[in-house]
Amino acid sequence: MRVGVLALQGDFREHIAASKACGHDSIEVRTEAELKSVDALILPGGESTTIVHLAQTFNLYEPIRARINEGLPVYGSCAGMILLADRIIDGAAGQKTFGGLDITVRRNAFGRQVESFESDIDFNGKTMKAVFIRAPWVEQYSEKVTVLATASDHPVAVKQGNIVATSFHPELTSDLAVHRYFFDEICKNR
Amino acid sequence: MSEATGTARVKRGMAEMLKGGVIMDVVNVEQAKIAEEAGACAVMALERVPADIRAQGGVARMSDPDMIQKIQAAVSIPVMAKVRIGHFVEAQIIESLEVDYIDESEVLTPADYTNHIDKWNFKVPFVCGATNLGEALRRINEGAAMIRSKGEAGTGDVSNAMTHMRTIGGEIRRLTSMREDELYVAAKELQAPYALVKEVAETGKLPVVLFTAGGIATPADAALMMQMGADGVFIGSGIFKSGNPAHRAAACVKATTFYQDAKVLAEVSRGLGEAMVGINVADIPVPHRLADRGW
Repeated sequence: MRVGVLALQGDFREHIAASKACGHDSIEVRTEAELKSVDALILPGGESTTIVHLAQTFNLYEPIRARINEGLPVYGSCAGMILLADRIIDGAAGQKTFGGLDITVRRNAFGRQVESFESDIDFNGKTMKAVFIRAPWVEQYSEKVTVLATASDHPVAVKQGNIVATSFHPELTSDLAVHRYFFDEICKNR
Repeated sequence: MSEATGTARVKRGMAEMLKGGVIMDVVNVEQAKIAEEAGACAVMALERVPADIRAQGGVARMSDPDMIQKIQAAVSIPVMAKVRIGHFVEAQIIESLEVDYIDESEVLTPADYTNHIDKWNFKVPFVCGATNLGEALRRINEGAAMIRSKGEAGTGDVSNAMTHMRTIGGEIRRLTSMREDELYVAAKELQAPYALVKEVAETGKLPVVLFTAGGIATPADAALMMQMGADGVFIGSGIFKSGNPAHRAAACVKATTFYQDAKVLAEVSRGLGEAMVGINVADIPVPHRLADRGW
């Protein structure tokens, strides 16, 4: 399987390293041709306003939406979760998303950087160290969405169809549980 | 559930999220909004950009908290602010505003000509400037969670940024080629802690994110620094001292992402209007060079 990591801005190299550690061929995606060549897509952590701005400018916005609608397996961490949410609270004026997850996400929900934290959470039945950086949380979600983890009484990892999103950054730790879940449980359906 | 804030991982992780992005100096709400719309991954809130500090002279200090808070309220992207080297009370004040990153910056007038701030004492992460590997590792030892090469701020002359990136990169490459028993002397020569020197020798990179700063004025400058191995760029005076800031800001953001694609770089370099006039670093008397501040 060929995994693409959207490489417009953010910690895409860490996601590529995690994907390779799980045994998958991984490439940086910056063009429509690269997007077409992948079997799964990861939206990295970073600044969601910057990433969507660049996607719009370089004609990747509609192609990414189209591939998500076709059922491409997609995983997003932090900014990636925001980009996959159908609705945002506390976004920049007019901030767009790719959408696909029937959730409302609150941007910077835990506060500014001084409130960023790490903590042990229960992800899909397994305890793991999670790093939250100016992280969003899921404020509302429809019955189509499955919650995989919570923190401060809000969902911080969710799944819907072929889409997985976490507010935290498994790519910043050596724990591959979330990536393995995405590749082994979600991508195998394709 | 026990939550740990202000850990090294959380501080360094914040910088990881800025990678591949442009951090822009802004002096008011209007500029901050232009920066956010152009795709900046963060803004640096300050009262005078380095070019004006250089032109006007005098003692440069931290910005008015009112000004910083107005910018925090106006944009959703991270907001950084500068404090003087060694001025830990300015840092306490800026931390209390919940700024996302503090820049202990040579652009402001130093408050201590011997010691930098003990940055482990803070929950907020710090970025510090460096001209070489030893300086970078001393700052990391003091708790800096991000390094930027200094360049020469407020000039629009990229030559010093180039020198500093080449120096840091070259010294890292030299460490990776050394025998393990040579690293003790390398640490002595770099005037840096052995443990950090050993880590760099093993990994071939700094343990924190490395941005570049000081003199970047065009999309080509930004791409040059990215090709030299920078994780991202700070642009200070280069944007809002130019003819068309919104256009130039967006062009620099694009160039930082597509830094290896000459066609995109040519496209974004078209019709940008006047770049900042700039000063050649060689024409600045040595005592007025900002990169020499910090030790």
